[in-house]
Amino acid sequence: MTRLLKNIASNDPLNITEQKAIIEKAIADNKDRQGAVMLVLNEVQGKIGHVSPAMQAYIARKLNVPLGQVHGVVTFYSFFKTQPRGKYTIKFCLGTACYVAGVPQLVEKAKQMLNIDLDQTTPDGMITLEECRCVGACSQAPVVVVDEEIHGRLRPNKFPQVLKALQAKDGAAKEAAGAD
Amino acid sequence: MAFFRSHVLVCVDPECLARGAHDVIDALQDELVDQGLIDEIQVLETSRIGGCEDGPEMIVYPEGVHYVGFNADDVPFIVEEHFLKGRIVEKFREMPKVVVDEELGPLRPKEVRIVLKNCGYIDPTNIEDYLAVDGYQALGKALFEMTPEQVIEEVKNSGLRGRGGAGFPAGRKWDLTRQVNDFPKYMVCNADEGDPGAFMNRRVLEGDPHSVLEGMIIGAYAVGASYGYVYCRAEYPIAVETFNIAIAQAREFGFLGENILGTDFSFDLEVRVGAGAFVCGEETALIASIMGLRGEPSPRPPFPSVKGVWGKPTNNNNVETYSNVPQIILKGAPWYASMGTERSKGTKTFAVGGNVKKPGLIEVPMGITLREIIFDVAGGMHEGRHFKAVQTGGPMGGCLTEQHLDLPLDYEALTQAGSMMGSGGLVIMDETSCMVDIARFFMDFTQAESCGKCTPCRVGTRRLLELLQKICEGFGEDGDIEKLEELCEEITKNSLCGLGQGAPNPVVSTLKHFRHEYEAHIYEKRCPSKVCRPLIRFEITDPACTGCTVCARNCPVEAISGERRQLHHIDQETCIRCGICVQVCNFNAITVE
Ligand SMILES: Cc1cc2nc3c(=O)[nH]c(=O)nc-3n(C[C@H](O)[C@H](O)[C@H](O)COP(=O)(O)O)c2cc1C
Ligand code: SF4
Ligand code: SF4
Ligand code: SF4
Ligand code: FES
Ligand code: FES
Repeated sequence: MTRLLKNIASNDPLNITEQKAIIEKAIADNKDRQGAVMLVLNEVQGKIGHVSPAMQAYIARKLNVPLGQVHGVVTFYSFFKTQPRGKYTIKFCLGTACYVAGVPQLVEKAKQMLNIDLDQTTPDGMITLEECRCVGACSQAPVVVVDEEIHGRLRPNKFPQVLKALQAKDGAAKEAAGAD
Repeated sequence: MAFFRSHVLVCVDPECLARGAHDVIDALQDELVDQGLIDEIQVLETSRIGGCEDGPEMIVYPEGVHYVGFNADDVPFIVEEHFLKGRIVEKFREMPKVVVDEELGPLRPKEVRIVLKNCGYIDPTNIEDYLAVDGYQALGKALFEMTPEQVIEEVKNSGLRGRGGAGFPAGRKWDLTRQVNDFPKYMVCNADEGDPGAFMNRRVLEGDPHSVLEGMIIGAYAVGASYGYVYCRAEYPIAVETFNIAIAQAREFGFLGENILGTDFSFDLEVRVGAGAFVCGEETALIASIMGLRGEPSPRPPFPSVKGVWGKPTNNNNVETYSNVPQIILKGAPWYASMGTERSKGTKTFAVGGNVKKPGLIEVPMGITLREIIFDVAGGMHEGRHFKAVQTGGPMGGCLTEQHLDLPLDYEALTQAGSMMGSGGLVIMDETSCMVDIARFFMDFTQAESCGKCTPCRVGTRRLLELLQKICEGFGEDGDIEKLEELCEEITKNSLCGLGQGAPNPVVSTLKHFRHEYEAHIYEKRCPSKVCRPLIRFEITDPACTGCTVCARNCPVEAISGERRQLHHIDQETCIRCGICVQVCNFNAITVE
């Protein structure tokens, strides 16, 4: 545990002021509640996007529980990631309805276009491909979720448009950021 | 001035541009030139003509036909159909919207809505909407006119059974928790809905959260609980948000908190969010997860009603179970018990998916047949396709066939037929689904979701998956079917929780009803439904192919060659059988052998 907390990578959220503040707040808000480990991890995963080994060690120490417990929880639930993800995440629904409706073909198309596998991030850190289980939009199967947005009834030749829209959105966001 | 017989207006607002409106215009121009129509039809740019969600969009005048959701690849097809043959391309046609909610439209034939009655009709974020439809009257009735024992008696008499899968009588469960002399007691609502293909609970949480909340408060009064947890899966952020709003409003109105409605009954609750583990839907795992631990199931007994959250008596029910309660209290047990079969009362919600005309969310009385659900409620199979099988009960359920279509639906009937009610996912399949592949799909799911605590489940599901993969890939051997059967039996017998016990069901039921498909894969190296990739080949057929090049441009390995407007050809050596070309060809020119 101490070893993990001694050499923290410079880009670890623990070394980034705003993100460190998020972690501290999650701990302060939940530390006296029962079942705090899940609550803190959910909060941190939701706001920062991953829980690095150093963050796990830090949370364990602050909540005064064994690192093994925090690590055990992180590895048990698929929602927790230990490495940063891309700026955008494209998730392919592999629920029953979507599988039957042709999601495997979409995955194939995406892998080919981005040249990465599922659970990988493009080298520029922009896009991560993931699979997920039913997102509850089966009536629109096959479903792809871009960040939180659901794209239904997608055929493989429509996939490039999804990427294009994402790039346009990214461009617009950058412009807006440049403008202030 | 030239006379144009037709004008095509293409939207070039940012949303449509982002989705390729410029490519569409280019493709239109090209195609009109190629077809010699460029002097008759004019392409114009315009702005915002539709909903902007499903662009690119265009309107063709003088007919005023509105097309959406197509792209440049579809243009040759649309031009050929619309301008050469004069036929409207229905699949891209945007009809004036009548119902906005496509999961849950107006009442369908044979539907009876109790749990879903308010969904879509009231504003879920406004408690006054719920109050206006008699909301919280049942709570008042229970608190002022009934003792906890009478509430339990009423729920028992209604015949309400757990909607989370196993169908344990709700009233009896409440009674068990009430009998235990150990305090505090907890109420838990299982909103983990992990069945991949089910979304009934989400819809209720998002559309009518107060009905669940009211059911839980009444239940808390009955069993003597003072605190509660709603355990909701992380994949449902909107449900979590809506439910939290509902809790805050109920507190404000005095339905939650200290001394509810001025009585000496106090109860409060909170939402806990899961983190993506299917097994957490199992109640002992769910309880571990609420306590911030790994969500591993533990042996029962002790049952949660004796030893649950924080080691205290805990009553756990599914979302739908709770949301039935207020109406049972208000309208009385006989009303509820008048619907359904001898042993299964009331209604059940189902998420109908797969190859039917009108998939979506439905609520039907128990005792309805699968045939009525598929052909009356869900609109029947797609044109020209035939019903083959229906998977009920999710990954731990089973496949039923033609012979079961007239079975009146209830818990026992489904179990006897080799499947189960489960939480209510119904996936309907036609002849394009391969049953070996479906079994493999479910095994892939359960194998990945096994928590690993017991060996038969952890290792057994992996062995099953490997065998199924081998069969799908054409390497099946004599004796594999027997191996599958042995493994299934062993896993079912020796697993700790329902996940392991039910995991073999899809294999067992497909083996029972579709053994010939397994045999075709193993002995003839043939996939009768033309699904399993290594056993099929794709071929482009002559008159049907117009040479539109769409398939060639979308093939990931450039296996397709051909000149524009000429018959295309697939190089079988290069083809990886991904099936993309079949999906994108607008002319159904690609066949599978
Ligand atoms: C692997 C597994 C997953 C389950 N998933 C769910 C679920 O998502 N929702 C649910 O209500 N019950 C689920 N159950 C059933 C619960 O263990 C429990 O029986 C149910 O929540 C009890 O509520 P009820 O009596 O109202 O049905 C699952 C059971 C198993 C074994
Ligand atoms: S049967 Fe499977 S999921 Fe259930 S406890 Fe055992 S290993 Fe875990
Ligand atoms: S087979 Fe290819 S080229 Fe021929 S019509 Fe279909 S998509 Fe177009
Ligand atoms: S199946 Fe896939 S790889 Fe084969 S020709 Fe079609 S698109 Fe190309
Ligand atoms: S199966 Fe994909 S949204 Fe349900
Ligand atoms: S942006 Fe074009 S119709 Fe909406």
